[in-house]
Amino acid sequence: MQFWIVQSLNSLALGGLLFLLATGFSLIFGLMRIANLTHGALFMLGAYVGVTTLKFVPNLWLAALIAGLLVALFGGLLERSILRRLAGNALGQVLVTLGVSFIVADFCLIVWGGDPIPIAAPTSLQRPIVVGNIAFPAYRLVVLGIAIITAIALHLLMERTRLGAMIRAGVDDMQMARAVGVPVSRLFTTVFCLGAALAGAGGVIAGPIMSAYPGLDADMLPLALIVVILGGVGSLLGAFVGSFVIAIIYTFGSALLPDLAYVILFLPMIVVIAFRPRGLFGRRST
Amino acid sequence: MSAAARIVLVLVLVAFPLIGGDFYINLASQIFIAALFATSLNLLVGYGGLVSLGHAAWIGLAAYTSAWLYLHLGLRHWITAPLALVNTTLIAGLFGWIALRATGLGFLMITLALSQVLWGTAYRWAAVTNGDNGLSGLTRPAPFGISLDGPAAFYYFSLTVTIVAVWMMARLVNSPFGAALRGSRDESRRMSALGHNVWLVRWLTFVYSGFWGAVAGLLFVYYHKYIHPTALSLTSSAEVLLGVIAGGAGTIAGPIVGAAIVLILKNYVSAYLDRWNMLLGAVFVVIVIFMPDGIVPGIRRWSARLRKT
Repeated sequence: MQFWIVQSLNSLALGGLLFLLATGFSLIFGLMRIANLTHGALFMLGAYVGVTTLKFVPNLWLAALIAGLLVALFGGLLERSILRRLAGNALGQVLVTLGVSFIVADFCLIVWGGDPIPIAAPTSLQRPIVVGNIAFPAYRLVVLGIAIITAIALHLLMERTRLGAMIRAGVDDMQMARAVGVPVSRLFTTVFCLGAALAGAGGVIAGPIMSAYPGLDADMLPLALIVVILGGVGSLLGAFVGSFVIAIIYTFGSALLPDLAYVILFLPMIVVIAFRPRGLFGRRST
Repeated sequence: MSAAARIVLVLVLVAFPLIGGDFYINLASQIFIAALFATSLNLLVGYGGLVSLGHAAWIGLAAYTSAWLYLHLGLRHWITAPLALVNTTLIAGLFGWIALRATGLGFLMITLALSQVLWGTAYRWAAVTNGDNGLSGLTRPAPFGISLDGPAAFYYFSLTVTIVAVWMMARLVNSPFGAALRGSRDESRRMSALGHNVWLVRWLTFVYSGFWGAVAGLLFVYYHKYIHPTALSLTSSAEVLLGVIAGGAGTIAGPIVGAAIVLILKNYVSAYLDRWNMLLGAVFVVIVIFMPDGIVPGIRRWSARLRKT
Protein backbone atom coordinates (compact mmCIF):
# COMPACT_ATOMS: atom_id res chain seq x y z
CA MET A 1 0.00 0.00 0.00
CA GLN A 2 2.71 2.38 1.04
CA PHE A 3 4.58 1.63 -2.22
CA TRP A 4 1.56 2.54 -4.32
CA ILE A 5 0.87 5.78 -2.46
CA VAL A 6 4.47 6.97 -2.52
CA GLN A 7 4.93 6.06 -6.17
CA SER A 8 1.66 7.76 -7.07
CA LEU A 9 2.82 10.93 -5.38
CA ASN A 10 6.19 10.63 -7.12
CA SER A 11 4.53 10.32 -10.48
CA LEU A 12 2.40 13.40 -9.77
CA ALA A 13 5.57 15.39 -9.07
CA LEU A 14 7.20 14.14 -12.26
CA GLY A 15 4.00 14.90 -14.14
CA GLY A 16 4.18 18.48 -12.89
CA LEU A 17 7.73 18.85 -14.18
CA LEU A 18 6.85 17.28 -17.50
CA PHE A 19 3.97 19.69 -17.83
CA LEU A 20 6.26 22.69 -17.36
CA LEU A 21 8.46 21.33 -20.13
CA ALA A 22 5.88 19.96 -22.55
CA THR A 23 3.38 22.79 -22.47
CA GLY A 24 5.91 25.24 -23.88
CA PHE A 25 6.95 22.78 -26.56
CA SER A 26 3.31 22.18 -27.45
CA LEU A 27 2.44 25.88 -27.62
CA ILE A 28 5.44 26.69 -29.79
CA PHE A 29 4.70 23.78 -32.09
CA GLY A 30 1.00 24.56 -32.24
CA LEU A 31 1.43 28.21 -33.04
CA MET A 32 4.66 28.43 -34.99
CA ARG A 33 4.91 24.93 -36.48
CA ILE A 34 8.39 24.68 -35.05
CA ALA A 35 9.30 21.39 -33.41
CA ASN A 36 11.70 23.02 -30.99
CA LEU A 37 14.24 20.30 -30.29
CA THR A 38 16.22 22.77 -28.16
CA HIS A 39 13.55 22.45 -25.51
CA GLY A 40 15.29 19.68 -23.56
CA ALA A 41 18.53 21.64 -23.69
CA LEU A 42 16.74 24.78 -22.43
CA PHE A 43 15.46 22.74 -19.49
CA MET A 44 19.00 21.62 -18.70
CA LEU A 45 20.41 25.10 -19.25
CA GLY A 46 17.82 26.39 -16.78
CA ALA A 47 18.90 23.84 -14.19
CA TYR A 48 22.57 24.82 -14.56
CA VAL A 49 21.87 28.55 -14.52
CA GLY A 50 19.90 27.83 -11.34
CA VAL A 51 22.97 26.13 -9.84
CA THR A 52 25.06 29.24 -10.43
CA THR A 53 22.33 31.67 -9.39
CA LEU A 54 21.86 29.81 -6.09
CA LYS A 55 25.45 30.65 -5.20
CA PHE A 56 24.49 34.33 -5.11
CA VAL A 57 20.79 34.22 -4.24
CA PRO A 58 20.02 31.57 -1.65
CA ASN A 59 16.40 31.19 -2.67
CA LEU A 60 15.23 28.46 -5.03
CA TRP A 61 12.12 30.29 -6.25
CA LEU A 62 14.06 33.44 -7.02
CA ALA A 63 16.69 31.34 -8.79
CA ALA A 64 13.95 29.68 -10.86
CA LEU A 65 12.60 33.09 -11.79
CA ILE A 66 16.04 34.39 -12.81
CA ALA A 67 16.87 31.24 -14.74
CA GLY A 68 13.49 31.42 -16.45
CA LEU A 69 14.15 35.01 -17.52
CA LEU A 70 17.66 34.29 -18.77
CA VAL A 71 16.57 31.21 -20.70
CA ALA A 72 13.66 33.21 -22.13
CA LEU A 73 16.16 35.84 -23.28
CA PHE A 74 18.23 33.14 -24.95
CA GLY A 75 15.12 31.69 -26.56
CA GLY A 76 14.09 35.11 -27.84
CA LEU A 77 17.53 35.65 -29.37
CA LEU A 78 17.39 32.23 -31.01
CA GLU A 79 13.96 32.94 -32.44
CA ARG A 80 14.76 36.42 -33.67
CA SER A 81 18.23 35.86 -35.03
CA ILE A 82 18.06 32.36 -36.53
CA LEU A 83 14.59 30.83 -36.71
CA ARG A 84 13.16 34.00 -38.19
CA ARG A 85 15.55 33.75 -41.12
CA LEU A 86 14.14 30.34 -41.93
CA ALA A 87 10.47 31.29 -41.77
CA GLY A 88 8.36 28.87 -43.79
CA ASN A 89 11.12 26.28 -43.87
CA ALA A 90 9.85 23.92 -41.16
CA LEU A 91 12.54 21.34 -41.81
CA GLY A 92 15.34 23.87 -41.68
CA GLN A 93 14.01 25.22 -38.42
CA VAL A 94 13.82 21.86 -36.73
CA LEU A 95 17.36 21.01 -37.85
CA VAL A 96 18.66 24.32 -36.55
CA THR A 97 17.03 23.76 -33.17
CA LEU A 98 18.65 20.32 -33.11
CA GLY A 99 22.03 21.87 -33.88
CA VAL A 100 21.58 24.53 -31.21
CA SER A 101 20.61 21.87 -28.67
CA PHE A 102 23.94 20.12 -29.27
CA ILE A 103 25.78 23.41 -28.87
CA VAL A 104 23.95 24.27 -25.65
CA ALA A 105 24.51 20.79 -24.21
CA ASP A 106 28.23 20.93 -24.96
CA PHE A 107 28.42 24.47 -23.59
CA CYS A 108 26.90 23.26 -20.29
CA LEU A 109 29.45 20.44 -20.21
CA ILE A 110 32.31 22.92 -20.63
CA VAL A 111 31.05 25.38 -18.04
CA TRP A 112 29.63 23.12 -15.34
CA GLY A 113 31.60 19.93 -15.88
CA GLY A 114 30.53 16.33 -16.19
CA ASP A 115 29.52 15.50 -12.61
CA PRO A 116 25.90 15.79 -11.50
CA ILE A 117 25.33 18.89 -9.36
CA PRO A 118 22.63 18.51 -6.72
CA ILE A 119 20.28 21.39 -6.00
CA ALA A 120 18.92 21.61 -2.45
CA ALA A 121 15.23 22.04 -1.78
CA PRO A 122 14.28 25.09 0.31
CA THR A 123 15.01 24.30 3.97
CA SER A 124 11.39 24.73 5.01
CA LEU A 125 10.38 22.02 2.57
CA GLN A 126 13.13 19.53 3.30
CA ARG A 127 11.25 17.79 6.09
CA PRO A 128 8.91 15.07 4.90
CA ILE A 129 5.19 15.22 5.43
CA VAL A 130 4.09 12.32 7.58
CA VAL A 131 0.55 11.00 7.36
CA GLY A 132 -0.02 7.82 9.35
CA ASN A 133 3.00 5.67 8.56
CA ILE A 134 3.72 7.24 5.19
CA ALA A 135 6.45 9.85 4.89
CA PHE A 136 6.65 11.87 1.73
CA PRO A 137 8.99 14.69 0.70
CA ALA A 138 7.05 17.93 0.99
CA TYR A 139 8.91 19.46 -1.93
CA ARG A 140 7.34 17.09 -4.44
CA LEU A 141 3.86 18.13 -3.41
CA VAL A 142 4.87 21.76 -3.86
CA VAL A 143 6.10 20.95 -7.37
CA LEU A 144 2.72 19.47 -8.16
CA GLY A 145 1.08 22.60 -6.77
CA ILE A 146 3.28 24.84 -8.93
CA ALA A 147 2.37 22.86 -12.03
CA ILE A 148 -1.33 23.13 -11.28
CA ILE A 149 -1.07 26.88 -10.61
CA THR A 150 0.90 27.30 -13.85
CA ALA A 151 -1.71 25.32 -15.73
CA ILE A 152 -4.52 27.50 -14.33
CA ALA A 153 -2.57 30.67 -15.09
CA LEU A 154 -1.90 29.53 -18.65
CA HIS A 155 -5.53 28.54 -19.05
CA LEU A 156 -6.65 32.00 -17.93
CA LEU A 157 -4.04 33.56 -20.20
CA MET A 158 -5.28 31.59 -23.17
CA GLU A 159 -9.00 31.93 -22.56
CA ARG A 160 -9.43 35.29 -20.88
CA THR A 161 -6.84 37.66 -22.30
CA ARG A 162 -6.34 39.36 -25.60
CA LEU A 163 -2.93 37.73 -25.97
CA GLY A 164 -4.49 34.32 -25.45
CA ALA A 165 -7.19 35.01 -27.99
CA MET A 166 -4.52 35.97 -30.52
CA ILE A 167 -2.55 32.80 -29.78
CA ARG A 168 -5.65 30.65 -30.21
CA ALA A 169 -6.43 32.40 -33.46
CA GLY A 170 -2.88 31.79 -34.67
CA VAL A 171 -3.00 28.10 -33.74
CA ASP A 172 -6.31 27.58 -35.52
CA ASP A 173 -5.72 29.56 -38.68
CA MET A 174 -2.52 31.47 -39.10
CA GLN A 175 -3.36 33.15 -42.41
CA MET A 176 -6.72 34.36 -41.23
CA ALA A 177 -5.21 35.67 -37.99
CA ARG A 178 -2.65 37.61 -39.99
CA ALA A 179 -5.35 38.97 -42.26
CA VAL A 180 -7.43 40.35 -39.41
CA GLY A 181 -4.43 42.17 -38.01
CA VAL A 182 -2.97 39.92 -35.32
CA PRO A 183 0.68 40.97 -34.91
CA VAL A 184 1.92 37.48 -35.67
CA SER A 185 5.59 38.38 -35.66
CA ARG A 186 5.55 39.77 -32.12
CA LEU A 187 3.28 36.94 -31.05
CA PHE A 188 5.82 34.35 -32.21
CA THR A 189 8.61 35.88 -30.18
CA THR A 190 6.36 36.19 -27.13
CA VAL A 191 5.26 32.57 -27.26
CA PHE A 192 8.77 31.32 -27.91
CA CYS A 193 10.07 33.29 -24.91
CA LEU A 194 7.19 32.05 -22.77
CA GLY A 195 7.90 28.43 -23.69
CA ALA A 196 11.63 28.88 -23.08
CA ALA A 197 10.95 30.55 -19.71
CA LEU A 198 8.75 27.67 -18.58
CA ALA A 199 11.43 25.17 -19.62
CA GLY A 200 14.21 27.14 -17.90
CA ALA A 201 12.30 27.66 -14.65
CA GLY A 202 11.17 24.03 -14.84
CA GLY A 203 14.80 22.95 -14.94
CA VAL A 204 15.54 24.76 -11.66
CA ILE A 205 12.38 23.46 -10.00
CA ALA A 206 13.32 19.95 -11.12
CA GLY A 207 16.77 20.43 -9.54
CA PRO A 208 16.00 19.12 -6.04
CA ILE A 209 14.41 16.01 -7.57
CA MET A 210 16.68 15.27 -10.51
CA SER A 211 19.76 17.50 -9.96
CA ALA A 212 21.61 19.02 -12.91
CA TYR A 213 23.65 16.58 -14.99
CA PRO A 214 24.86 16.18 -18.58
CA GLY A 215 22.27 14.16 -20.45
CA LEU A 216 19.33 15.70 -18.61
CA ASP A 217 18.28 17.16 -21.95
CA ALA A 218 18.37 13.80 -23.72
CA ASP A 219 16.40 12.23 -20.87
CA MET A 220 13.68 14.87 -20.83
CA LEU A 221 13.21 15.66 -24.53
CA PRO A 222 11.77 12.26 -25.51
CA LEU A 223 9.39 12.37 -22.56
CA ALA A 224 8.18 15.81 -23.65
CA LEU A 225 7.82 14.61 -27.24
CA ILE A 226 5.77 11.62 -26.17
CA VAL A 227 3.59 13.88 -24.00
CA VAL A 228 2.91 16.13 -26.97
CA ILE A 229 2.29 13.26 -29.38
CA LEU A 230 -0.09 11.80 -26.83
CA GLY A 231 -1.87 14.95 -25.77
CA GLY A 232 -2.09 16.67 -29.12
CA VAL A 233 -0.25 19.66 -30.47
CA GLY A 234 -1.07 23.14 -29.24
CA SER A 235 -3.48 21.93 -26.58
CA LEU A 236 -2.97 23.01 -22.98
CA LEU A 237 -5.30 20.33 -21.68
CA GLY A 238 -3.55 17.75 -23.86
CA ALA A 239 -0.16 18.68 -22.43
CA PHE A 240 -1.57 18.53 -18.89
CA VAL A 241 -3.27 15.16 -19.24
CA GLY A 242 -0.42 13.73 -21.33
CA SER A 243 2.19 14.79 -18.75
CA PHE A 244 0.49 12.97 -15.91
CA VAL A 245 -0.32 9.89 -17.97
CA ILE A 246 3.30 9.58 -19.09
CA ALA A 247 4.63 10.37 -15.61
CA ILE A 248 2.45 7.65 -14.03
CA ILE A 249 3.45 5.09 -16.65
CA TYR A 250 7.11 6.02 -16.45
CA THR A 251 7.28 6.08 -12.63
CA PHE A 252 5.48 2.79 -12.12
CA GLY A 253 7.31 1.30 -15.07
CA SER A 254 10.65 2.26 -13.56
CA ALA A 255 9.65 0.89 -10.16
CA LEU A 256 8.09 -2.39 -11.28
CA LEU A 257 10.00 -3.23 -14.46
CA PRO A 258 13.11 -1.06 -14.33
CA ASP A 259 14.65 -2.74 -17.36
CA LEU A 260 11.75 -2.01 -19.65
CA ALA A 261 10.50 1.36 -18.41
CA TYR A 262 11.19 2.90 -21.79
CA VAL A 263 9.47 0.15 -23.71
CA ILE A 264 6.35 0.63 -21.61
CA LEU A 265 6.33 4.32 -22.57
CA PHE A 266 5.97 3.13 -26.10
CA LEU A 267 2.62 1.44 -25.53
CA PRO A 268 0.35 4.44 -24.88
CA MET A 269 2.01 6.13 -27.83
CA ILE A 270 1.14 3.27 -30.19
CA VAL A 271 -2.43 3.13 -28.95
CA VAL A 272 -3.02 6.85 -29.29
CA ILE A 273 -1.31 7.16 -32.66
CA ALA A 274 -3.22 4.16 -33.98
CA PHE A 275 -6.64 5.45 -32.98
CA ARG A 276 -6.21 9.19 -32.70
CA PRO A 277 -3.26 10.37 -34.79
CA ARG A 278 -3.94 13.95 -33.71
CA GLY A 279 -3.40 13.09 -30.08
CA LEU A 280 -6.03 13.00 -27.39
CA PHE A 281 -6.91 16.67 -27.49
CA GLY A 282 -5.26 17.83 -30.70
CA ARG A 283 -7.27 20.05 -32.99
CA ARG A 284 -5.43 19.15 -36.12
CA SER A 285 -2.98 16.57 -37.28
CA THR A 286 0.72 17.03 -36.76
CA MET B 1 29.84 10.88 -64.07
CA SER B 2 31.54 9.90 -67.34
CA ALA B 3 32.63 6.31 -68.01
CA ALA B 4 36.30 7.25 -67.75
CA ALA B 5 35.80 8.88 -64.38
CA ARG B 6 34.01 5.77 -63.15
CA ILE B 7 36.83 3.50 -64.19
CA VAL B 8 39.36 5.74 -62.48
CA LEU B 9 37.25 5.78 -59.32
CA VAL B 10 36.97 1.98 -59.25
CA LEU B 11 40.71 1.60 -59.84
CA VAL B 12 41.52 4.02 -57.05
CA LEU B 13 39.17 2.26 -54.64
CA VAL B 14 40.58 -1.17 -55.50
CA ALA B 15 44.20 -0.05 -55.35
CA PHE B 16 43.85 2.04 -52.20
CA PRO B 17 44.76 -0.66 -49.63
CA LEU B 18 47.97 -1.34 -51.58
CA ILE B 19 49.11 2.25 -51.08
CA GLY B 20 47.45 3.55 -47.94
CA GLY B 21 48.53 2.83 -44.35
CA ASP B 22 46.36 0.83 -41.92
CA PHE B 23 44.93 3.97 -40.37
CA TYR B 24 43.64 5.23 -43.70
CA ILE B 25 42.38 1.81 -44.78
CA ASN B 26 40.33 1.58 -41.58
CA LEU B 27 39.10 5.14 -42.03
CA ALA B 28 37.99 4.25 -45.55
CA SER B 29 36.10 1.19 -44.26
CA GLN B 30 34.27 3.40 -41.80
CA ILE B 31 33.46 5.84 -44.58
CA PHE B 32 31.91 3.01 -46.62
CA ILE B 33 29.72 2.02 -43.68
CA ALA B 34 28.67 5.63 -43.08
CA ALA B 35 27.98 6.10 -46.80
CA LEU B 36 25.80 3.00 -46.97
CA PHE B 37 23.95 4.12 -43.85
CA ALA B 38 23.41 7.66 -45.16
CA THR B 39 22.23 6.33 -48.52
CA SER B 40 19.58 4.24 -46.78
CA LEU B 41 18.33 7.31 -44.89
CA ASN B 42 18.38 9.31 -48.12
CA LEU B 43 15.65 7.06 -49.54
CA LEU B 44 13.31 8.54 -46.95
CA VAL B 45 14.68 12.06 -46.67
CA GLY B 46 15.63 12.79 -50.25
CA TYR B 47 13.20 10.77 -52.32
CA GLY B 48 10.29 10.34 -49.93
CA GLY B 49 10.39 13.77 -48.29
CA LEU B 50 10.15 12.03 -44.92
CA VAL B 51 12.79 13.33 -42.54
CA SER B 52 13.57 10.71 -39.95
CA LEU B 53 15.50 11.58 -36.81
CA GLY B 54 15.58 7.98 -35.64
CA HIS B 55 17.66 6.24 -38.25
CA ALA B 56 20.24 5.17 -35.67
CA ALA B 57 17.63 2.66 -34.51
CA TRP B 58 18.51 0.37 -37.43
CA ILE B 59 22.24 0.38 -36.91
CA GLY B 60 21.71 -0.21 -33.20
CA LEU B 61 19.05 -2.89 -33.49
CA ALA B 62 20.92 -4.93 -36.08
CA ALA B 63 24.19 -4.62 -34.17
CA TYR B 64 22.65 -5.54 -30.82
CA THR B 65 20.66 -8.44 -32.25
CA SER B 66 23.68 -9.89 -33.99
CA ALA B 67 25.89 -9.38 -30.93
CA TRP B 68 23.36 -10.84 -28.51
CA LEU B 69 22.71 -13.94 -30.61
CA TYR B 70 26.43 -14.50 -30.91
CA LEU B 71 27.24 -13.99 -27.24
CA HIS B 72 24.21 -15.54 -25.52
CA LEU B 73 23.16 -18.28 -27.87
CA GLY B 74 26.56 -18.93 -29.39
CA LEU B 75 25.17 -18.83 -32.91
CA ARG B 76 27.52 -18.55 -35.86
CA HIS B 77 27.69 -15.47 -38.05
CA TRP B 78 25.95 -17.02 -41.02
CA ILE B 79 22.86 -17.46 -38.80
CA THR B 80 23.10 -14.27 -36.72
CA ALA B 81 23.39 -11.99 -39.75
CA PRO B 82 20.10 -13.01 -41.44
CA LEU B 83 18.31 -13.16 -38.08
CA ALA B 84 19.51 -9.65 -37.22
CA LEU B 85 18.36 -8.39 -40.62
CA VAL B 86 14.95 -10.06 -40.28
CA ASN B 87 14.45 -8.81 -36.73
CA THR B 88 15.42 -5.25 -37.61
CA THR B 89 13.30 -5.23 -40.75
CA LEU B 90 10.26 -6.48 -38.83
CA ILE B 91 10.68 -3.73 -36.25
CA ALA B 92 11.12 -1.26 -39.11
CA GLY B 93 7.76 -2.48 -40.37
CA LEU B 94 6.19 -1.78 -36.98
CA PHE B 95 7.90 1.60 -36.51
CA GLY B 96 7.00 2.60 -40.04
CA TRP B 97 3.38 1.72 -39.44
CA ILE B 98 3.35 3.97 -36.36
CA ALA B 99 5.43 6.85 -37.70
CA LEU B 100 3.61 7.05 -41.02
CA ARG B 101 0.37 7.90 -39.32
CA ALA B 102 1.90 11.36 -39.68
CA THR B 103 4.09 13.10 -42.21
CA GLY B 104 6.33 16.15 -41.97
CA LEU B 105 7.22 17.28 -38.47
CA GLY B 106 4.94 14.71 -36.87
CA PHE B 107 6.86 11.94 -38.63
CA LEU B 108 10.14 13.45 -37.47
CA MET B 109 8.98 13.67 -33.86
CA ILE B 110 7.63 10.13 -33.79
CA THR B 111 10.77 8.62 -35.30
CA LEU B 112 12.82 10.59 -32.79
CA ALA B 113 10.69 9.42 -29.87
CA LEU B 114 10.76 5.79 -31.02
CA SER B 115 14.51 5.69 -31.43
CA GLN B 116 14.98 7.39 -28.06
CA VAL B 117 12.86 4.65 -26.52
CA LEU B 118 15.29 2.10 -27.96
CA TRP B 119 18.25 4.15 -26.76
CA GLY B 120 16.87 4.31 -23.21
CA THR B 121 16.15 0.60 -23.29
CA ALA B 122 19.68 -0.19 -24.46
CA TYR B 123 20.98 1.65 -21.40
CA ARG B 124 18.60 0.07 -18.93
CA TRP B 125 17.96 -3.46 -20.06
CA ALA B 126 21.33 -4.59 -18.78
CA ALA B 127 20.42 -8.29 -18.86
CA VAL B 128 20.36 -8.15 -22.64
CA THR B 129 22.48 -5.16 -23.61
CA ASN B 130 24.95 -5.07 -20.71
CA GLY B 131 23.91 -1.43 -20.20
CA ASP B 132 26.53 1.26 -20.27
CA ASN B 133 29.35 -1.26 -20.65
CA GLY B 134 28.11 -2.34 -24.05
CA LEU B 135 28.59 -5.75 -25.58
CA SER B 136 32.18 -6.70 -26.29
CA GLY B 137 34.05 -9.89 -27.15
CA LEU B 138 32.59 -10.03 -30.65
CA THR B 139 34.31 -11.33 -33.75
CA ARG B 140 34.20 -10.64 -37.47
CA PRO B 141 32.71 -13.27 -39.75
CA ALA B 142 34.86 -15.20 -42.21
CA PRO B 143 32.80 -15.54 -45.39
CA PHE B 144 33.99 -18.43 -47.57
CA GLY B 145 36.75 -19.01 -45.07
CA ILE B 146 38.40 -15.63 -45.70
CA SER B 147 39.29 -13.93 -42.44
CA LEU B 148 38.21 -10.28 -42.26
CA ASP B 149 40.44 -9.41 -39.34
CA GLY B 150 43.02 -7.53 -41.39
CA PRO B 151 42.26 -3.93 -42.39
CA ALA B 152 42.58 -4.62 -46.12
CA ALA B 153 40.31 -7.68 -46.03
CA PHE B 154 37.63 -5.77 -44.18
CA TYR B 155 38.10 -2.85 -46.56
CA TYR B 156 37.26 -5.00 -49.58
CA PHE B 157 34.38 -6.66 -47.74
CA SER B 158 32.72 -3.37 -46.71
CA LEU B 159 33.44 -1.85 -50.13
CA THR B 160 31.70 -4.75 -51.87
CA VAL B 161 28.69 -4.66 -49.57
CA THR B 162 28.40 -0.90 -49.90
CA ILE B 163 28.60 -0.94 -53.70
CA VAL B 164 25.95 -3.67 -53.92
CA ALA B 165 23.73 -1.84 -51.43
CA VAL B 166 24.02 1.56 -53.09
CA TRP B 167 23.39 -0.06 -56.46
CA MET B 168 20.27 -1.77 -55.12
CA MET B 169 18.99 1.47 -53.63
CA ALA B 170 19.76 3.43 -56.80
CA ARG B 171 17.79 0.82 -58.73
CA LEU B 172 14.80 1.36 -56.49
CA VAL B 173 15.03 5.11 -56.96
CA ASN B 174 15.19 4.80 -60.75
CA SER B 175 12.40 2.25 -60.98
CA PRO B 176 8.71 3.06 -61.49
CA PHE B 177 8.37 2.56 -57.74
CA GLY B 178 10.97 5.30 -57.23
CA ALA B 179 8.99 7.58 -59.50
CA ALA B 180 5.90 6.91 -57.42
CA LEU B 181 7.91 7.65 -54.30
CA ARG B 182 9.10 10.99 -55.65
CA GLY B 183 5.55 11.69 -56.73
CA SER B 184 4.30 11.04 -53.21
CA ARG B 185 6.90 13.51 -51.96
CA ASP B 186 5.99 16.29 -54.36
CA GLU B 187 2.29 15.82 -54.98
CA SER B 188 0.86 13.29 -52.58
CA ARG B 189 -2.75 14.24 -53.30
CA ARG B 190 -2.39 13.91 -57.04
CA MET B 191 -0.66 10.59 -56.61
CA SER B 192 -3.62 9.37 -54.57
CA ALA B 193 -5.97 10.67 -57.23
CA LEU B 194 -3.97 8.76 -59.86
CA GLY B 195 -4.65 5.59 -57.91
CA HIS B 196 -1.35 5.15 -56.11
CA ASN B 197 -1.46 3.98 -52.54
CA VAL B 198 0.76 6.72 -51.16
CA TRP B 199 0.82 5.25 -47.67
CA LEU B 200 1.97 1.87 -48.95
CA VAL B 201 4.68 3.43 -51.12
CA ARG B 202 5.99 5.28 -48.08
CA TRP B 203 5.77 2.29 -45.80
CA LEU B 204 7.60 0.01 -48.22
CA THR B 205 10.30 2.63 -48.58
CA PHE B 206 10.56 2.92 -44.81
CA VAL B 207 11.02 -0.84 -44.48
CA TYR B 208 13.50 -1.00 -47.36
CA SER B 209 15.44 1.85 -45.84
CA GLY B 210 15.40 0.10 -42.47
CA PHE B 211 16.70 -3.08 -44.07
CA TRP B 212 19.73 -1.35 -45.59
CA GLY B 213 20.23 0.53 -42.33
CA ALA B 214 20.42 -2.90 -40.70
CA VAL B 215 23.03 -4.00 -43.24
CA ALA B 216 25.05 -0.94 -42.25
CA GLY B 217 24.52 -1.96 -38.62
CA LEU B 218 26.03 -5.38 -39.26
CA LEU B 219 29.06 -3.84 -40.94
CA PHE B 220 29.29 -1.40 -38.03
CA VAL B 221 29.35 -4.12 -35.38
CA TYR B 222 31.76 -6.27 -37.42
CA TYR B 223 34.11 -3.34 -37.79
CA HIS B 224 34.12 -2.28 -34.14
CA LYS B 225 33.57 -5.76 -32.63
CA TYR B 226 31.74 -3.83 -29.92
CA ILE B 227 28.38 -2.12 -29.53
CA HIS B 228 27.39 0.59 -27.04
CA PRO B 229 24.08 2.46 -26.51
CA THR B 230 25.59 5.64 -28.02
CA ALA B 231 25.15 3.96 -31.43
CA LEU B 232 21.41 4.48 -30.84
CA SER B 233 21.66 8.04 -29.51
CA LEU B 234 20.16 11.15 -30.99
CA THR B 235 23.70 12.30 -31.84
CA SER B 236 24.12 9.23 -33.98
CA SER B 237 20.83 9.83 -35.82
CA ALA B 238 21.76 13.49 -36.22
CA GLU B 239 25.19 12.66 -37.69
CA VAL B 240 23.76 10.53 -40.46
CA LEU B 241 21.02 13.06 -41.19
CA LEU B 242 23.64 15.80 -41.37
CA GLY B 243 25.59 13.70 -43.85
CA VAL B 244 22.53 13.34 -46.07
CA ILE B 245 21.59 17.01 -45.93
CA ALA B 246 25.12 18.39 -46.16
CA GLY B 247 25.91 16.22 -49.15
CA GLY B 248 22.61 16.82 -50.89
CA ALA B 249 19.41 14.91 -50.18
CA GLY B 250 17.75 13.33 -53.19
CA THR B 251 20.96 12.60 -55.09
CA ILE B 252 22.88 9.34 -55.05
CA ALA B 253 26.32 10.91 -54.68
CA GLY B 254 25.31 13.55 -52.12
CA PRO B 255 24.85 11.42 -49.01
CA ILE B 256 28.03 9.47 -49.80
CA VAL B 257 30.06 12.67 -49.97
CA GLY B 258 28.27 14.13 -46.95
CA ALA B 259 28.73 11.02 -44.81
CA ALA B 260 32.42 10.92 -45.71
CA ILE B 261 32.88 14.55 -44.73
CA VAL B 262 31.04 14.12 -41.42
CA LEU B 263 33.05 11.01 -40.58
CA ILE B 264 36.42 12.54 -41.45
CA LEU B 265 35.55 15.68 -39.53
CA LYS B 266 34.49 13.61 -36.52
CA ASN B 267 37.67 11.54 -36.61
CA TYR B 268 39.97 14.52 -36.81
CA VAL B 269 38.13 16.62 -34.27
CA SER B 270 37.89 13.78 -31.78
CA ALA B 271 41.62 13.20 -32.13
CA TYR B 272 42.52 16.74 -31.13
CA LEU B 273 39.75 18.00 -28.89
CA ASP B 274 36.69 16.75 -27.13
CA ARG B 275 34.19 19.12 -28.65
CA TRP B 276 32.56 17.03 -31.38
CA ASN B 277 28.99 17.72 -30.25
CA MET B 278 29.46 21.47 -30.36
CA LEU B 279 31.02 21.31 -33.82
CA LEU B 280 28.29 18.96 -35.04
CA GLY B 281 25.67 21.45 -33.85
CA ALA B 282 27.48 24.39 -35.42
CA VAL B 283 27.87 22.60 -38.76
CA PHE B 284 24.17 21.81 -38.69
CA VAL B 285 23.26 25.47 -38.21
CA VAL B 286 25.68 26.67 -40.88
CA ILE B 287 24.62 24.09 -43.48
CA VAL B 288 20.92 24.74 -42.96
CA ILE B 289 21.28 28.49 -43.21
CA PHE B 290 23.91 28.84 -45.93
CA MET B 291 23.81 25.63 -47.93
CA PRO B 292 20.33 24.13 -47.63
CA ASP B 293 20.65 22.19 -50.91
CA GLY B 294 23.84 20.45 -49.92
CA ILE B 295 27.29 20.20 -51.42
CA VAL B 296 26.72 17.98 -54.46
CA PRO B 297 23.82 20.00 -55.95
CA GLY B 298 25.83 23.13 -55.16
CA ILE B 299 28.83 21.88 -57.10
CA ARG B 300 26.59 20.74 -59.96
CA ARG B 301 25.02 24.15 -60.26
CA TRP B 302 28.41 25.74 -60.11
CA SER B 303 29.90 23.51 -62.85
CA ALA B 304 26.82 23.99 -65.03
CA ARG B 305 27.33 27.73 -64.78
CA LEU B 306 30.99 27.33 -65.74
CA ARG B 307 30.07 25.24 -68.77
CA LYS B 308 27.64 27.89 -69.98
CA THR B 309 30.18 30.69 -69.96
